[in-house]
Amino acid sequence: MEMTLTQQLITIAMCVLGTMATRYIPFLLFPPGRQTPPYVQYLGKVLPSAVFALLVVYCLKDVSLTTGSHGIPEALALAVTVVLHVWRRQMFLSMAAGTILYMVLVQTVFAG
Amino acid sequence: MEKGTSTGKAWPALRAAFPYTVPILTGFLFLGIGYGIFAHSMGLPKWMAPFMAATIFGGSLEFVAVTLLLAPFNPVQALILSLVIQARHLFYGISMLEKYKGTGWKKIFLIHLMCDESFAINYTTEVPAGIDKGWFLFWISFLNYSYWVLGSFLGSQFSTLLQFNLKGLGFIMTTLFVVIFLEQWLKEDQHVSAVVGFAASLGCLAVFGAQRFMIPALVVILAVLTVLRKPLQKQGGRGQF
Repeated sequence: MEMTLTQQLITIAMCVLGTMATRYIPFLLFPPGRQTPPYVQYLGKVLPSAVFALLVVYCLKDVSLTTGSHGIPEALALAVTVVLHVWRRQMFLSMAAGTILYMVLVQTVFAG
Repeated sequence: MEKGTSTGKAWPALRAAFPYTVPILTGFLFLGIGYGIFAHSMGLPKWMAPFMAATIFGGSLEFVAVTLLLAPFNPVQALILSLVIQARHLFYGISMLEKYKGTGWKKIFLIHLMCDESFAINYTTEVPAGIDKGWFLFWISFLNYSYWVLGSFLGSQFSTLLQFNLKGLGFIMTTLFVVIFLEQWLKEDQHVSAVVGFAASLGCLAVFGAQRFMIPALVVILAVLTVLRKPLQKQGGRGQF
């Protein structure tokens, strides 16, 4: 291994520092005692919907429509998740059904 | 148990919070085990994966960190990469400023243990009636954290014993975010922000590729929502924003 243990620990510490900065900065910039600027309040209201969409795309970023299984198992499993969720509104049921269907598909029909 | 004391509120909150974290328990144990096996297979000592899980607590960065640890020493690069990969936490923080108010000493944990999954659950879930908000949010965050650390510990310690006929189980995280997105969609009275999020993400994915699209997407989302502030606030009316 090229790095010494100390250098590895410093590298990990840098990762911790960078990560914690992103977690603490908003709360340090906008403490509860002071009025949060209206623009930031607005962002706090509208960002989540956009970010949830981003997280969905992030989870599917490596799916290829042109090669392999062409994203078919993902599409089928997500369709089941969405339909079931709109119908029953039970989080765990929708997730379990979609995930189990996906596992069956990638281990059988789309295996390999 | 006395009512109103800190511990008196903690247990009901734990029992109320746990069911919401069961999907994360499944997903994080699975992904954490995968991460532990990966780190160990790359030649890192067995304690290092759970150590990074416990200190960094950020899935994608931890995978990157494994490769950093095997490359030449470059702490500045590690810091910059961490800031870039984790930049989305800034958005989560801004969105949680209000909800995390008044949670006392637990607030430091809520901030310290922020992750995609805890943000998603804590933002969308209504705290059940009669349950202490601070404790409820704390348990969601803390349970998710412990699942990830436990998973990476199991993966790195028992990498040779664990067998994988669980292919595809990681998809539970995708279904989690889809369900969370749907919940938010069904709750909100306009979908401009959600559509902007999808368009920006898909557009940036096409332009920048899977490895590099997150930051441009965040920047585009921020820019478009900033431009749309006036019309959205007007449409929202009634001081909604």
